[in-house]
Amino acid sequence: MDIIVCIKQIIDPEMPPAKFKIDTAARKVIPPEGIPLVVSPFDEQAVEAALLIKDKQNARITVMTMGHDPAREAMKRALSMGVDEGIMLSDAAFDDSDAFSTAYVLSKAMDKIGQYDLILCGRQAADWDAGQVGSVLAEYLGLPVITLAKKIEVVGGSLRVERVIPDGYEVVGLPLPAVVTVSSEIGQARLPTGRGIIMAARKPIPVWKATDIGCDPSRLGGGAARSELLSLFIPAQNRRQEVIIGADAAEAASNLAVKLKEEKVI
Amino acid sequence: MNDHRGVLVLADMQRQGLAIVAKELLGVGRKLADDLGEELSALLIGSGLQTASQEAIAYGADKVYMADSPDMADFNSDTYTAVATMLCQKMAPSVFLLGHTSLGRDISPRVAARLGASLSTDCIKLEIDPSSRRLVQTRPVYGGNAMAVLVAKAYPQMATLRPRSVSPSAPDTYRKGQVIPLEVGSMETRSKVIDRVKATVEGIKLEEAKVIVAGGAGITGAHDFQLLRELADVLGGTVGATRQPCEEGWVSPSLQIGQTGKIVSPDLYIAVAISGAPQHMAGCLGSKHIVAVNKDPQANIFRMADFSIVADYREALPALIEKCRELKSAS
Repeated sequence: MDIIVCIKQIIDPEMPPAKFKIDTAARKVIPPEGIPLVVSPFDEQAVEAALLIKDKQNARITVMTMGHDPAREAMKRALSMGVDEGIMLSDAAFDDSDAFSTAYVLSKAMDKIGQYDLILCGRQAADWDAGQVGSVLAEYLGLPVITLAKKIEVVGGSLRVERVIPDGYEVVGLPLPAVVTVSSEIGQARLPTGRGIIMAARKPIPVWKATDIGCDPSRLGGGAARSELLSLFIPAQNRRQEVIIGADAAEAASNLAVKLKEEKVI
Repeated sequence: MNDHRGVLVLADMQRQGLAIVAKELLGVGRKLADDLGEELSALLIGSGLQTASQEAIAYGADKVYMADSPDMADFNSDTYTAVATMLCQKMAPSVFLLGHTSLGRDISPRVAARLGASLSTDCIKLEIDPSSRRLVQTRPVYGGNAMAVLVAKAYPQMATLRPRSVSPSAPDTYRKGQVIPLEVGSMETRSKVIDRVKATVEGIKLEEAKVIVAGGAGITGAHDFQLLRELADVLGGTVGATRQPCEEGWVSPSLQIGQTGKIVSPDLYIAVAISGAPQHMAGCLGSKHIVAVNKDPQANIFRMADFSIVADYREALPALIEKCRELKSAS
């Protein structure tokens, strides 16, 4: 079985919020010093979902990312978890892509690869949080798509997916090939093994440009964007931020209750 | 370029009536339609939609399109995507809004891909720019650390609205509108729902609770959630959690509050041993009052709270429970 996992390298969403800064003129986040970029957590879980399938049956997993040189680290991470191959899609023409351009580029890369049974993505990138690429990619490839998977099983030539719904889950059957987006309920992503890291370091990662995958330039990058970013800002906190004190925890707690009663909160 | 007219809203259903988010959407849609000087239409998909159609008119729709069929009683991504796309192709709305719900999240990117539409998801504010007459969208990004303001450049201008970011307006049962049944025919579906497993939700639903006591990664295990339950009971509320306790299996995943969990807006939100990471706070920022109990004085939660104590919850909560009990019985 051939599985392709699409991943994105992002600023670490677990970074201390106090270090989060924006260049408002450029409308961009300033990458925080000393905090490495990471694979978007839901994408890492998509890699895990692929590896869970490979644990049970013969599968070949390819990881793919659209990015520039730093994204190599993201690819290496996935490879060291047990993924077989990596492909980088890198071109200045891809810069400032929205979900539609990103999905378009990924779809052209899929066309070039030609043979695949299952495409996995994280449910949303933990930086822009849009949650669109996986489904749009499925549309561009003409494939069925299931979102928010917490469990994926291959049964015969089809998929059995448990999909998160409010207060529970539904079990969905669908044919292959298909696209599935993965949610955190799939479970924690496995850590790279020492052996995996060594193997990953040796693996060549081909880089494909726009012309390598036959992209129509009018569908690429900032020029093709369907929305325009007017501003990016850190919202002001308008909470009272009052800290109630006491001689010890119990007294502070008691004083807190009194305060809440005074303020008619309780 | 722009032969698109009118605002269309896909109204989520709840049993036989409109879901709360649908009422919120209609309120937003009505304002946008008024600002554009155009009509508001609602799309209802499901089975037995008569009552809901009248509700939609009361909440502001001029026209209600009904795709009413037993086949569509339950959500199916393929059929709902096809119906919404078909209506948009017929109607060419300027704006198409959905709730940022399980339904809206699922079909909005598929519909946008088919229509060549623009799409911004999880918006907390939507308005028409008076000079360009285009849809301006405000949405949280970077896990809630930042806000992005965007304007659409392609039509229809699609957006999903975060539930509870606006209040629904009051219904007007005297409003008149037109109900139009949609002929849907049989549709190809490639995915099929085989089963649905719902967790039984005990007590007050999180989205309806007036008081929530939530536990985070700092709680040392399932057993300690008993303390939170006790506090919730005294205050007439219910228990919630961040992602970690749910992932660890200490509480049911249905208690998760946050960006990828439930969005809540109680009168009182007590965050116990919660660091205050934006992805979690995204779920509770609508709370009237936020109270924090955390032993780490550097925790981000203190910035995000109205009243807090720096204390270990294991020492603080028993005293808090006792004092609250005392104060409540005195009143």
